[in-house]
Amino acid sequence: MSKSKKVPYLVDRPMSFCPGCGHGIAIRLVAECLEELGQADNIVFPIGVGCSSLLGGGIEADRLHCSHGRAGAVATAIKRCNPNNVVISYQGDGDAYSIGIGETTSAAYRNERFTTIIINNTNYGMTGGQMSNTTLPNQKTNTSVYGRDCSVTGNPIRFPELAADQFNVGYAARGSVHDVPNIRKTKSYIKKAIEMQLSGEGYSVVEVLSPCPTNWKMEPLEAMKHIAEHVTTYFPLGEFVEKEEK
Amino acid sequence: MADMMKGNVAIAEAAIRAGARLYAGYPITPSTEIMEYMSWRMAEVDGVFVQAESEIAGINMIIGGAACGVRAITASSGPGISLKQEGMTTLSDEELPAVVVNMVRYGNGIGTLYSAQCDYHRETRGGGNGDYRCIVLCPSSVQEATELMVLAFDLAEKYRMVSVFMSEGALGQMMEPCELPEMRELPRYPWGFDGKYTNKKVGIFDRNSRDEAVLLNEKYNAVKENEQRWESIDVEDADYVLVAYGLPGRASIGAAKELRAEGYKVGMIRVITAWPFPEKAFQEVNPNVKGFITIEANATGQLIDDVALTALRTIDKKVQCYCRPHVYGIPSVKAIKQDFIDVVNGNMKEVY
Ligand SMILES: Cc1ncc(C[n+]2csc(CCOP(=O)(O)OP(=O)(O)O)c2C)c(N)n1
Ligand code: SF4
Repeated sequence: MSKSKKVPYLVDRPMSFCPGCGHGIAIRLVAECLEELGQADNIVFPIGVGCSSLLGGGIEADRLHCSHGRAGAVATAIKRCNPNNVVISYQGDGDAYSIGIGETTSAAYRNERFTTIIINNTNYGMTGGQMSNTTLPNQKTNTSVYGRDCSVTGNPIRFPELAADQFNVGYAARGSVHDVPNIRKTKSYIKKAIEMQLSGEGYSVVEVLSPCPTNWKMEPLEAMKHIAEHVTTYFPLGEFVEKEEK
Repeated sequence: MADMMKGNVAIAEAAIRAGARLYAGYPITPSTEIMEYMSWRMAEVDGVFVQAESEIAGINMIIGGAACGVRAITASSGPGISLKQEGMTTLSDEELPAVVVNMVRYGNGIGTLYSAQCDYHRETRGGGNGDYRCIVLCPSSVQEATELMVLAFDLAEKYRMVSVFMSEGALGQMMEPCELPEMRELPRYPWGFDGKYTNKKVGIFDRNSRDEAVLLNEKYNAVKENEQRWESIDVEDADYVLVAYGLPGRASIGAAKELRAEGYKVGMIRVITAWPFPEKAFQEVNPNVKGFITIEANATGQLIDDVALTALRTIDKKVQCYCRPHVYGIPSVKAIKQDFIDVVNGNMKEVY
């Protein structure tokens, strides 16, 4: 008999994501990890602008809705001022990698001791599906109506790899929420990221591939399949750096 | 005993003594010495110093620190303050206190390194989006700068607002005798983040923007009523009143005194709070005053707008309002006396 799991009280409020959206799964994983690590009463969330900000309405915790892209800077100061709190910035790909690429990269570069969770749905969800820095080559969005032309718009950015290769970060991984095994794996990544923060050894980032059925104009199941078949080919899943925790 | 101190160093040390425990910013002349001083001084008082990657990141770090209940300060100038506007409107929205120092330098765009007063309109009106106000304090000496820094933190805390410390490049660079304020050991603001969601007000999402806006405006009205500050001399019987702030304000006091001694009925209002504008100072002016003359270190004349509006509100008849914009630098006492003579001789046209 399968046991139904209690919803962590941190997130036991209604959230207003579209049906089939991945944000809700990711948030639930974060909340479960915090509970399991005994940190549910020791958490501050700087939250990005985008559908990620809907987290703010669904969570019972210290949280600050940051300006678009600035959560990396806000989190830097929160963690430095309150080093004993767990600090998790929760952001979309547009927030963290487009408008906030400076703040995101600089926080990783300084090896700030907080955790960033980035929901990569390959577009700007909240504003109705425009191209972002993670939009796939040839992907159609509201601002790449013929499909993304990488020769003039650049190639999609792979941030966990960048952080792992270039900076002295503690932990960098990419998971996905498109099926149960990957949801489980992603949870283990998020947990490791928070553990890295608790150890004080370094910056941790987990990117989560996540469906946006509304703007992808797909049924939820189709969107999950799209991640498995297309998104993961450009954005490989796995752990890119895992520093020894002392 | 008063020691000789450089303006920017005195400003930084006064902030530490007033309770500042977070500095985050990006260097820019002529404010940089404040950041350099903070880079080692913060550590001595167990505070946090972050050299941010930009002014935008710097002010957003101020937001993070203030949200934790930490007294936070950043300093910049010219284009750096432009980049901070996003964060200043966010601080105002969240009702988080902080102090933003603008050591004003002249110019549009990248600007110049000349000491100036070109940011009056922006600081007093707010350069970010929305419907907010900041308290704006304008020192005219190194000594006064240290005193206003303590006040900046106290008012920011009392009203949960941003205090803008609007000085001039030259004040930061000059050496003057200065007695620093006492060191205060203050606890954090009681409402900051603690990870337990003890204080529900910070960062709340379910908000009623209309009610909040009305309440904010009530707060701003209380600030207007209670926090006007100025220095004035000889306004009760004056035919003409000079109005200025900062270093030109200091020079204008000297000019007004000399003109008095030469037999002219001249008064002077030195604005200390550019916002809230010291309307009460104008209520003490001779009702038969013939004119107000602003002395400014910008090219367009900015203070003149507030002076003309305030004259309309406080004096029963229409009074001529003149402006002499000296572009940048600090006008000399001699130059200001000549400005006055130009007005009296009909050689300066009124603006309003
Ligand atoms: C400074 C600023 N620019 C633009 C916007 C409009 N805006 C709101 S959300 C958003 C995109 C968010 O996309 P992403 O970070 O990918 O998050 P998602 O909605 O997909 O979860 C934009 C452009 C804004 N709020 N602020
Ligand atoms: S628009 Fe996309 S990202 Fe936003 S809630 Fe809907 S499905 Fe989720």
